[in-house]
Amino acid sequence: MSNNLLVEVDSVSRYFGDLAAVNDVSFTVNKGTVLGFLGPNGAGKTTTMQMITGNLAPTSGRIKIAGYDLLDEPRAAKACIGYLPEQPPLYLEYTVDEYLDFCAALNRIPKKQRLGARQQAKERCGLTDAGRRLIGNLSKGYRQRVGIAQAIIHQPQVVILDEPTAGLDPIQIREIRTLVRELSQEHAVILSTHILPEVQSSCDHVQIIDRGKLVLNDSIDGLTQRMQSSTLSLRFSNSVDTSRIEQLNGVRSTRLLDDGRYQVYYQAGQDPTDALVKLAVDNHWGLRELIPEKASLEDMFLELTKHDKTQAEATI
Amino acid sequence: MIFTLAWREIRSMFLSPLAWVILGVVQALMGWLFLNHVDNYMSIQSRLLSMQTPIGLTDIVVASVFGNAAIILLLVVPLITMRLVSEERRNRTLTLLYSAPLSMTEIILGKYLGILFFLLVVLFLVALMPLSLLAGGSLDFGAFASGFLGLALLLASFAAVGLFMSTLTQNPTIAAVSTFGMLLLSWVLDTGGQGASGNVLAYFSLLNHYEPFLKGVFDSADAVFYVLLITTFLVLSTRRLDADRLGG
Repeated sequence: MSNNLLVEVDSVSRYFGDLAAVNDVSFTVNKGTVLGFLGPNGAGKTTTMQMITGNLAPTSGRIKIAGYDLLDEPRAAKACIGYLPEQPPLYLEYTVDEYLDFCAALNRIPKKQRLGARQQAKERCGLTDAGRRLIGNLSKGYRQRVGIAQAIIHQPQVVILDEPTAGLDPIQIREIRTLVRELSQEHAVILSTHILPEVQSSCDHVQIIDRGKLVLNDSIDGLTQRMQSSTLSLRFSNSVDTSRIEQLNGVRSTRLLDDGRYQVYYQAGQDPTDALVKLAVDNHWGLRELIPEKASLEDMFLELTKHDKTQAEATI
Repeated sequence: MIFTLAWREIRSMFLSPLAWVILGVVQALMGWLFLNHVDNYMSIQSRLLSMQTPIGLTDIVVASVFGNAAIILLLVVPLITMRLVSEERRNRTLTLLYSAPLSMTEIILGKYLGILFFLLVVLFLVALMPLSLLAGGSLDFGAFASGFLGLALLLASFAAVGLFMSTLTQNPTIAAVSTFGMLLLSWVLDTGGQGASGNVLAYFSLLNHYEPFLKGVFDSADAVFYVLLITTFLVLSTRRLDADRLGG
């Protein structure tokens, strides 16, 4: 079990002067997990990532990567990390191949294996045709790909990507998602993003950070559970007697919306859909639409990050 | 690992026109000065021969060429060292080095070695000029070697100062200007101040320790002075990079 624990962050804080950029954050990441890091701007996502990758020393707390303490054995710990910062660290005067070779050498890949490592990283990031091009002449999307290739070239156990899909086209975004899935089979992936659907589609664990504090740490399944709806949205072509709906088992209330739809609120676990449909057919109401509404991750995100401080503490 | 970093420095220097321009300009200037010194020697040659203890080609031409080279390179080295760390910091590529399994010492030593190699090329090209005199005369190789070693140590100290200045800022121009300031100050230190305090200041003048080398005197105290100076600035640079990680 301890073998699978790749990242351990233990009550880490980071202060810039009096400002607590990250305040007492703890979490762990296992092998085979994709952890999505969410938060509004300036919430401490990047600071946390910089601390995990050894770019920034935490004011207090400990970080362990694959069992190596980042402060006591920085070299061993850093060897297990591949990091793509917000702005990819590229040497514009190099070609893609030269740059990746340099990165491979930096990560102490033996000379004989460098060509293979470079080839594999390029294939995974869709760079096979770009090897001889100067990085300075590449478009933003391609530079991003080179940045990702750099992060995975030494097959690190932990891959940390800060907004990996920024500046990419939709096809490429999908490829990156597949790549992240692929990586997660043997590695642990931490990625930060502000694109919420991306978290839902590619992560299996979600953390929301706000003002330096973790306000949510849950698996996607748990999150879906939390977002379980208790609302139905209905549209009828004929007039409807709402009191009859309200008499159904489990229904709490109904509401007529401006656009002519009805919203039916019911108690969790007592889905009245079947009874409702039967009622509508029997009375010739002309049911046209029936949509179970879900609270989106977006709603959840807003709810968690918008409320005031006392509530934020209560949620933890 | 240090060599990987050094090699990258050398490569990116020669990938940009800067290195070539610097080599060209230094070589042109030194060529002009060298010819002047040779000319000067030719005009006073007859009088030199009649002196009791004749001073030779090495004393006049070699010492003067190495002396001039020190001043010209004092102006040029800041331009080479300015971008070492500051540019990487500005382009955010320093992150790549920080996240790689490298110690700060390795990063600094790698960069320093890269610069040293470039300066050795400059030094070698400058030394070729006096050596060309071998075609028509003979040189005092002891004095030549001493001058060569002196200039090498001096350049290595310039580079260490420049590297440190580059770790302080993310703007290459600021790094260049402050390196200029430091080096020029160290040059003129011996002209200011009288008495004991003046002597102490003069002792820290970089060029004061260079003069004996030009005369063919190898004083280990002078050599140690340079080595200590280089070590000090390299250690300071390492600490400065560490502070990047710790500071806020």
